[in-house]
Amino acid sequence: MAEIIANEGGGKHKGKRRAKKLSTHIDMTPMVDLACLMLTFFMLTTAFAKPKIMEIVMPDKTPPKEKPPEVTASRVVNFILDENNKVYWYNGMIKDPKNLPVLNSTDYSKDGIRKILLDRNKNIFNQIEQLREDVLSNKVKISHDSLANLEKVIKRKDLVGPIFMIKATDKAKYGNFVDIIDEMAIANAAHYAVTDLNNYEKKMLEAVKGTPAVTTSEKKTK
Amino acid sequence: MLLLTFFMLTTSFRPQEAVQVDTPNSISDKLAPAKNVMTLLIGKNNKVFFNIDNGNDSSAHVRAQVLQNVGNYFRVKFTKEQIKKFANAGSFGMPIHKLGEWIDATDPKEKAAMQIGIPTDSIPGGSEISMWIHFSRLANPSAEAAIRGDFNSDYTTVKKLFDILQDKKVNRFDLTTNLEKVEVKKVK
Repeated sequence: MAEIIANEGGGKHKGKRRAKKLSTHIDMTPMVDLACLMLTFFMLTTAFAKPKIMEIVMPDKTPPKEKPPEVTASRVVNFILDENNKVYWYNGMIKDPKNLPVLNSTDYSKDGIRKILLDRNKNIFNQIEQLREDVLSNKVKISHDSLANLEKVIKRKDLVGPIFMIKATDKAKYGNFVDIIDEMAIANAAHYAVTDLNNYEKKMLEAVKGTPAVTTSEKKTK
Repeated sequence: MLLLTFFMLTTSFRPQEAVQVDTPNSISDKLAPAKNVMTLLIGKNNKVFFNIDNGNDSSAHVRAQVLQNVGNYFRVKFTKEQIKKFANAGSFGMPIHKLGEWIDATDPKEKAAMQIGIPTDSIPGGSEISMWIHFSRLANPSAEAAIRGDFNSDYTTVKKLFDILQDKKVNRFDLTTNLEKVEVKKVK
C-alpha cells in the first residue's frame, strides 16, 4: 500500500523539499467488522453457568451380611412424592395395618416441606449452622474441607435425630425428587434414604385422595 | 476489543447436546467434572440419551472401544469410518441398529430427527442402555455416572436408570443441577 514517491529530478530548490504529508489514518472498517463478528460468535457460544452437580449415594443392592440396625419408629418421618408437586408425609412406621396413620399433605415451598424438615431436624441444623457462622466470622479457623468433615461428624454422631424416608409414586416428576433431596441438604438432614412405596402406603394414599386433603400450605412451589 | 479478548480467553464452548434439558435447581455448588463422565440425559419426553467422553485418552479410543464392544454384543457391525466419526461425536440416543445411520447422516436436522432415545426395557441379558453403561465402565473405569434429567421427566424413568446403574454396581452418581441460592435462618 505504501508507495515511495521517487524524488523527481530537477528539484534542486533552495532548502529541503518538504515530504508530502501522508494521512496517518488507516481504514479500520474491516478490522471492526471482524471484531464485531468474533465478539458475537464468542458471546453466543460461551457457556456461562457451568453445570453443578449434586452427589447421591445409594446403598448397594447385594443383601447385607449383617443385620441392619434397629431404628426407633419415633425417629422416622416418611415422605411420599406424588403428582402435581404434592408431598404426603406421616410420622413413624406402620405397625398395625388396621390402624393406618393419616397422611398430611404439603408442597415443596419454603413454608411447606422445609418447615417440617427444619422443625424435625432443628438440633442438627442449628449445630451445623452455628459451626458455619463461627467459621465465617473467623472464630474458628479451619479450612473449607475440614468444615465439611466436621459437618459430617456432627451428622454421624447423631443417634436421636430424625430419619427421613423418601418414597415416590409413579406419577412424581424427576424435579420433585431433586427438590426433596435438595431440601434434605438445606435442612442438613443427617439420615435419609430413598425407598419404594409399600402396600400400606398405597392404601393410605388412596384413602387420602378420596377425600380432599388438608393442605398445610397453599403456596405454589418455586 | 476488550470484550472480544475477554470472551476469547474465558470461553468454554457450550457442548452440543442431543436434547434440550432443563435441569432442576439445587443449592449444591459442586462443579461438574469436565472429564471422565458418562452422562445419561433424560429429555422432557422421558427419552434417554447417552454420552461418554474419551477421558484422559487424547487419541479418543474410549468411545471407539465402547462402540465396538456394544456393537459386538448386539451383533451390529460398524465400519472403520463410522467408528472414527463416532469417537468425536457427542451425545446420542437411538437403538443400536439405527446408530450407524445416525453416524452417516450429514444433515443436522435429519440427525436430530433420528434421536429417538435408547431403549431401556429390560431384555434378557440387559437392556441396551445397561450395555452402554457396562462397556463404558470397562473402557474407562474412572468414568463417573452423571444423570442430567429434565425436571419435568418422570421419576419412574429416572428410577429405572438408578436401578440399572445399581445393577452395574454404580452406587454413586451425580445429578446435574443448576445452582440456586437459598437462605435459611436458624430455627428456634
